[in-house]
Order: sequence, then C-alpha cells, then structure tokens
Amino acid sequence: MTALAIWRQESTRFVALQIGGVLLIFALIAWLLGNVAANFAALDKTFGFGFLWELPANYDINQTLIDYSAQSTHLRAALVGLLNTFLVAAIGIVLATILGFAVGALRLSENWLVSRLASAYVEFTRNTPVLLLILLWHGIIINTLPHPRQALSIADSVFLTNRGVYVPKPLFEDGFLYVLAVFFAGLGATWLLCRRQRDTPARRLSVAVAGVVFSVALAAIAFFLAGNPIRFETPALRGFNYQGGLSLIPELVALTWALAFYTSGFIAENVRAGIMSVDCGQTDAARSLGLPRIRILRLIVLPQAMRVIVPPLTSSYLDLTKNSSLAIAIGYMDLVATLGGITLNQTGREMEAMLLVMAVYLLISLTIAAFMNWYNNRVRLPGR
Amino acid sequence: MTVSPDAPHDYPPGQHPSLPPPPTSTGIVGWLRGNLFSSLFSTALTIVTVWLLWLLISNLADWMLFDAVVSADSQAACRALDSGACWAVIAARLDQFVYGFYPEPERWRPNLVFVLLIIALAPILYDRTPARKQLLWFSAAYPFIAGWLIYGGIGLTVVPTGMYGGFLLTMIIGITGIAASLPLGIALALGRQSDMIAFRILCTVFIEFARGVPLITLLFVASTMLNYFLPPGTSFDLLVRVLIMVSLFAAAYLAEAVRGGLQAIPRGQYEAASALGLSWWATTRKVTLPQALKISIPGIVNVFVGLYKDSTLVVIIGMLDPLGIARAALADAKWNGLSTETYLFVALFFFVSCFAMSRYSMWLERRLARGEAQ
Repeated sequence: MTALAIWRQESTRFVALQIGGVLLIFALIAWLLGNVAANFAALDKTFGFGFLWELPANYDINQTLIDYSAQSTHLRAALVGLLNTFLVAAIGIVLATILGFAVGALRLSENWLVSRLASAYVEFTRNTPVLLLILLWHGIIINTLPHPRQALSIADSVFLTNRGVYVPKPLFEDGFLYVLAVFFAGLGATWLLCRRQRDTPARRLSVAVAGVVFSVALAAIAFFLAGNPIRFETPALRGFNYQGGLSLIPELVALTWALAFYTSGFIAENVRAGIMSVDCGQTDAARSLGLPRIRILRLIVLPQAMRVIVPPLTSSYLDLTKNSSLAIAIGYMDLVATLGGITLNQTGREMEAMLLVMAVYLLISLTIAAFMNWYNNRVRLPGR
Repeated sequence: MTVSPDAPHDYPPGQHPSLPPPPTSTGIVGWLRGNLFSSLFSTALTIVTVWLLWLLISNLADWMLFDAVVSADSQAACRALDSGACWAVIAARLDQFVYGFYPEPERWRPNLVFVLLIIALAPILYDRTPARKQLLWFSAAYPFIAGWLIYGGIGLTVVPTGMYGGFLLTMIIGITGIAASLPLGIALALGRQSDMIAFRILCTVFIEFARGVPLITLLFVASTMLNYFLPPGTSFDLLVRVLIMVSLFAAAYLAEAVRGGLQAIPRGQYEAASALGLSWWATTRKVTLPQALKISIPGIVNVFVGLYKDSTLVVIIGMLDPLGIARAALADAKWNGLSTETYLFVALFFFVSCFAMSRYSMWLERRLARGEAQ
C-alpha cells in the first residue's frame, strides 16, 4: 500500500487527527504551566498548601457552626466556610422544594386566577438574575425591617428585625433520648416491613406511610411519658438586641430565602412539565377503574412523573448550591468568601486557594451527578 | 342549526337538531363558572386569592405610585415629601445606569450601536425580513463594527473599557457571550458525540469542569490569576478576559443543550445519510445538526437567558454593570437605604429582556412545529 492509500483509510486519518489534537492540547497545557513557573520564579512565589495549617487566619467570621477564632488556621476557616455553604444549600433546597412543588401544583390548578398567579411567579423568578434577588432581599431585610426595639413578632416567639431573625431555641433534656430511640426503632421496623413488600410497590408505599405515621404517634406517646423533655428558650430584648434563642443573621436569611425563591420557579416548571408528561390516557384508564382522585395521583401519575421530574430537580439543587457562592456579595462567609476571599487576599496564594475552591465544588457536582445517573438507571423503563 | 326547546318535535329518531347550550355554560357567566367557581373549593380559592391580591396590589400601588417621589435631591428630601418609594435616585443616576461612565460627548456611539443591533438582529430573528440575504452579511460584520464603535480607534477617540458600565456593559457581555458561545458550544457537543475517543474525552472533561464550578470562581480566575498563565510581562484587558470566561462557561452549558438535540435524532437519519454516501461533515451540516438545533431551541434560549442574567456577576470583581452602578448609588450618603427602589429598577430591565427572549423562543418553536406538520 502506498502512503496515499493508507492516508485515505478513514481509521488512519482518525488516529492521526486524534494524536495531533492531543499533542496540541498537551503542548498548550505545557506552555501555560511553563508560563506559570516563569511568572512564579519572577515574583519569587512558591506553590504549596502549607499556608493552610501553618498560619493563623487572623479574621473573624460572623457565623460559625464549629469552634473558630481568629487564631485558628486558614484550613479551619475554610472548613467553617464550607459548612456555611452546606447550611445555606440544605435550608435552601428544602425551602425551594416545598415552594416549587406547591407553585407547580398551583399552576396546574383548574382555577384560572390561581394558575395565572402561579405562572406570573414562575416568570418573575426565572427572568431575574439570582444575584439581584439576593441583593434585593438583603436590602429589604436591612432597610425595611424594624430595629430590634420595634421588632415584628410572630406569637411573641419569633422576632424579625434588621439585625436578623430570632427564633426559639429548643433545649433537649435527657428524656428526649428515649423519644428519639422509640422513633428510630419505629422507622427501622417500617424499613424491614417495606423490604418484605419488594414486589408490590403500591403496597410498599402504603406500608411505608403507615409505618412512619405509627412511629410518629409512638414517639409522641413517649414524649408525654417522658414528661415533655423539650424546653424552648425564647429570645428576649436585652439592651439594644435580642439575647437567647437561636439567631439567624440577616445574610443567612436573605441568601437562603433569595436562593429558594429563585430556584423554586425552576422547580415549579419541572414539576408542571413532569405531571403534564404523563399521558392523559393513564388518568382516564385509572378513572374508568374507579380509583379515587388522590390514589390516581399517588399510584399512577406521580410515580411516572417523578421519572421526568427528578433529573432536572437534582440539577436545580446543584445550581442552588453553586449559586450559594454569590454569598460573597452580601458578606455571608461561605467557602468562596473565606478560602477564595479573605484567605486568598491575606496570603497571596491565588493559585492554591482557587484550585481548592474549584475542586470542592467539582466534587459536590460530580457526587450529585453520580446520584442522578444511579437514579436514572433505577427508574428507567425497561426496553427503552 | 339550533332550535328553541319548545318547538314541536316531529323529527325522526336521532335527527333532532342540537339544542343551544344552557346560558350558564357560555359567555362570561360560563367562563366564570368554569374557571373561577367550578366547585366549592375553587370558589373559596378564588375569594381568598382575590382578597390577598387586593392587599398586595393596594399596598404596592401606594408605595410604588401614589406615595412615591419622582424628583428630589436626596433620600432625606424624598422622605420629607412622601412616605412611598423614592424613584428620584433612579432619575438622578439614569445616565450611569444606561452608559456607566462612558464619556458624554461620545454617547452617540453606543446609541448607534443599539440601533444597528436592531438592524443586525432582524434578519436572524425573523426569516421574512426584506432583503434578508444582504442583511445577514451585515449581521456577520456587526460584532466588528460594534466593537470599533464602542472601543474607538481608526478615526474615533478610544474609550477605555473600564469606563463601560450599566446596561451598556450588560449588552456587551450578553451579546458577545451569545455570539461566541453558540459556535463553540456546537463544536463541543459534536466533539462529545464524536467517534474519536481522544476528542470525546477532551470535550467531556472541559464540559464537566465548566459545569461543575460556579461562574464566580472562573471570574476570580479571570481577574486575579489569568496573567500567571501568560508569558511574563504580558497582560490584556479585564473586560476581554471576562468575555472569554463567560463565553467558555456558557459554551459548556450550550453543548449539553445541543447534545440533547443530537441524541434525540433517530438513528435512521444517520444511517440514511451514510447510505447516500454523505461524508461526516455533510451529514452533520445538512442532516443532523439542523434537526438537533431545532429540537434544542428551548434549551439554547435557556442558556442564553442564563448567560445574560449571569453577566451581573461581574459586579463581584469590581466592574460597573447595573448592579455595580446601583451599589455605587447606595454607597452615596445622599441615597442611603434606597436599595429596594434601585434593585427593583434593575430587576425590571432584566425581566423585560429575559421575558422577551423566552417569548421569542416559544414563538419560534411554534413556527418550526408548524413547518413540521405541513
């Protein structure tokens, strides 16, 4: 074979193209890394992560879930930031899911006014930048909520002020352990019973619901037998601010609420699309079998709709988590604001800090993506 | 034909003409009964909603319109005049909200760019534009003309990029990002679907990386670290760096939207094209890509809307987009505490442009679906 004939073969060309492409990319990466090395040498900089545990952070963080002081290391500060990110993400996801499913259901309402209002809500949240919403809600809390002395109170236990939201703090006494033990024993028994019903998903769901209700009831009985082992510490105005209770700083409230508000619009749209994707023949068939409406929804529509709803739902959760990095705009100390913000500025380790921040977010994303693939494979219709 | 119910009934069985629908099921009454008062629950829902809506609208209208102040010198002057919103801050800073710090005598240039934008977009968005073919050439040249007009050089005074701001900056980032990310995203999607494993891996890694990190971290990289990756002593403009990052970021999301479209095309299309002896390039250009793009229009427009909204993030690295201007205005002691007014104004601008984009995509989808049905 002549060289030309070999070149004409598609497979040869493919291999040559790929080798060429990979070499080009590697050359580019080598060039970029070479530049980094040259720049670092010119600036007398080194590369290393030692700063994380060698130097004290020397800055305060306005909300810490674990022990932290300005003398703690940068690593500790980054950890506090990461936990703050998780806190916002967790509360935001729960709120967004509740709001999103509610609005999605309202959009499908037969009542014209209600469905129109729900779609106006969806359009507003989907067509405004999330950063703008964060700043807007933060501004509303800071500028329009009253000073602690004139706090808006709900039932004299929750107080809304421009310094934050104060809610009663639950204090658990020893007896509460029994309540927890009873509750989890109930859940465990339910789980075992559910496993027996593996072949009949519909009955399994009924068993699960009944089991959970039963566990809650048992726990409630245990709660009274143990003599109400929870006390609530209500916040009270002392001096210029509220003391006691659980205080939520305005940044946390604004950020979680804005993120939930923004994401709920996307979730509502997914929920609507998911429910509409179920063929109306399914509902008609169920109706002709004489199933009541609630069971049609529970047994026929929702299981099929969830198949469509869950993948975009997880990516909405992921978006919410990534959007929580905008915390830096209002001074909530999340991972980006601690490690990628103050630590970066203080130590001048841009490269290391940004690499770490990106790696953490990438890890979160890939974990959620792995879950999504697992779920998709599990619920996939056989033969499609 | 309809007849009144009391007419003599001498019709053969089954031949009776239709009776008119009962008056309660037609017209306004019928609509109200069907849509607002169809059941006891629905009626209760309607009443509660109307009441809540009345509370909301009456309070909002008082605040936004009836008790609002449109012109005053400061926040304190506003408060002295009335209790509602103080729109005077918008009026005082309107120029900055639109142009940023673009020098006043040169503002005809952004204005001209905006007018030309409408001419350049018309043939792309509406396929029955007169002289569409010729105008499309203008659309292709538009980014260069616009770049020259805004930045200057060759006969125009140079305006440094640091002076751009406000909605002008949003438009620059949004339009450049959209124009650059579309071809890039399509290339990435094709690469991810390619038979060549090396390209597939490269594209997948890039897409997953860009989708896995928040945009703000990429913007930080653009603003603080990009210079490390260039030969020592070289540097280029911050706006250009941001534009590159935003385009790459959007391209990854776009690639996923296009990939969805490519995967939705039946295998038969590929097989038919290869049976005709079409090369990969011809298959892609004439058979698969047009269909894939059509399917993925909603996804693509969602990415564009997202990119447009995400352009606000540049405020965090210190650029003066509308949010930057808003924050600068709020930092002024004169306009302290008027965050709701300023942010609502910016929100209105974004809402109008994003809403228009999504409505256009719905219209286009319907139009293309009609073509399919014929």
